[in-house]
Amino acid sequence: MASSKQFADLLSTKGFNFYAGVPCSLLSGLIRVLEDDAQTSYFPAVREDAAVGLCAGAYLAGKLPVLLMQNSGLGYCLNAFTSLNLIYRIPVLVIMSWRGEGGKDAPEHIIMGEINQKLLQTAGMCHSVLSADNYQEALDAARGKINEGLPYTLLVGKGLFDEGH
Amino acid sequence: MKGTEAFKEIIPLLTDEPVIHANGFICRESFNQKDREGNFYMIGSMGLASSIGLGVAMCRPNQKTIILDGDGNVLMSMGTLAMIASAAPKNLLHIVLDNEVYESTGNQRSLSKSIALDQVAQGAGYPHVKKVTKKEEIKPAFEELMGKSGPSFLLIKVEPAFEKSTGRVTHTPEEITSRFMKALAATDGRSPL
Repeated sequence: MASSKQFADLLSTKGFNFYAGVPCSLLSGLIRVLEDDAQTSYFPAVREDAAVGLCAGAYLAGKLPVLLMQNSGLGYCLNAFTSLNLIYRIPVLVIMSWRGEGGKDAPEHIIMGEINQKLLQTAGMCHSVLSADNYQEALDAARGKINEGLPYTLLVGKGLFDEGH
Repeated sequence: MKGTEAFKEIIPLLTDEPVIHANGFICRESFNQKDREGNFYMIGSMGLASSIGLGVAMCRPNQKTIILDGDGNVLMSMGTLAMIASAAPKNLLHIVLDNEVYESTGNQRSLSKSIALDQVAQGAGYPHVKKVTKKEEIKPAFEELMGKSGPSFLLIKVEPAFEKSTGRVTHTPEEITSRFMKALAATDGRSPL
């Protein structure tokens, strides 16, 4: 298990400075760290695509945004990713929990858990799977794409981060 | 009043504010009447003008941000009204041109004939809300709300009468992003409102 605090600190080190999203239990520790730190603010969006819009506005205003969400919100976001982020070159780092990974989860997560990577790939969204031993590499890859103006998604499986509840 | 007439009232009132435009005729009309570098024309991603505008306003507290929204967009993203009211950026003016139809796609009715969007905004918690129906009312309402500590909401009821020949925005999306960011950067360094 990895420390949410360490990862949050790494995000700051990499220049990320605006956080919004819709919570997932897998990300609850990370969201708590972000909420508790006066240097970072986390804004609770009502739906994932509204968080995409919020992050886009933050980027336009000079911030480097991070969107935290569960993969169940991916469907809501596809239009925003394809008709906003990708064509306008408005980057965002998406930290997306991977519910339903390996077919083991509550029924509502099974289908999305199986197809989320295919959906991202089909939509032209670069992504990788975050693990305890690839933090630096994964974030460097993300920063590379973000510097090109592209969104990047890090998938976070169950048990990677400590959960804050 | 026609939507076109409402734009003729609003545009001369703008100075260097970033203005986030909802997709459809709102982008097209504004672009054709007066293109500005500080205009962000959202050609797709319906419903997100309000959240984009909120993001800009939250991160640029030293200047006013304006959202030019439509009734269909607001109805699609009513939850964003709660985000705006909760974040409560003092520097945000949310203008909604309400023609009660989805005009760009053939005038299919929206719900705003029976759903009062000004009351929805008020209920969500915008501290200042106004509704106007005549073009002469736009300037005083705009100036009053720009002088308030927001977020403010201005509902402008218009007839669905945009000119169908109004051209599309000719800038590419990438150009819209880069010139908008450049326009914002040019206003850096100002003191708090």
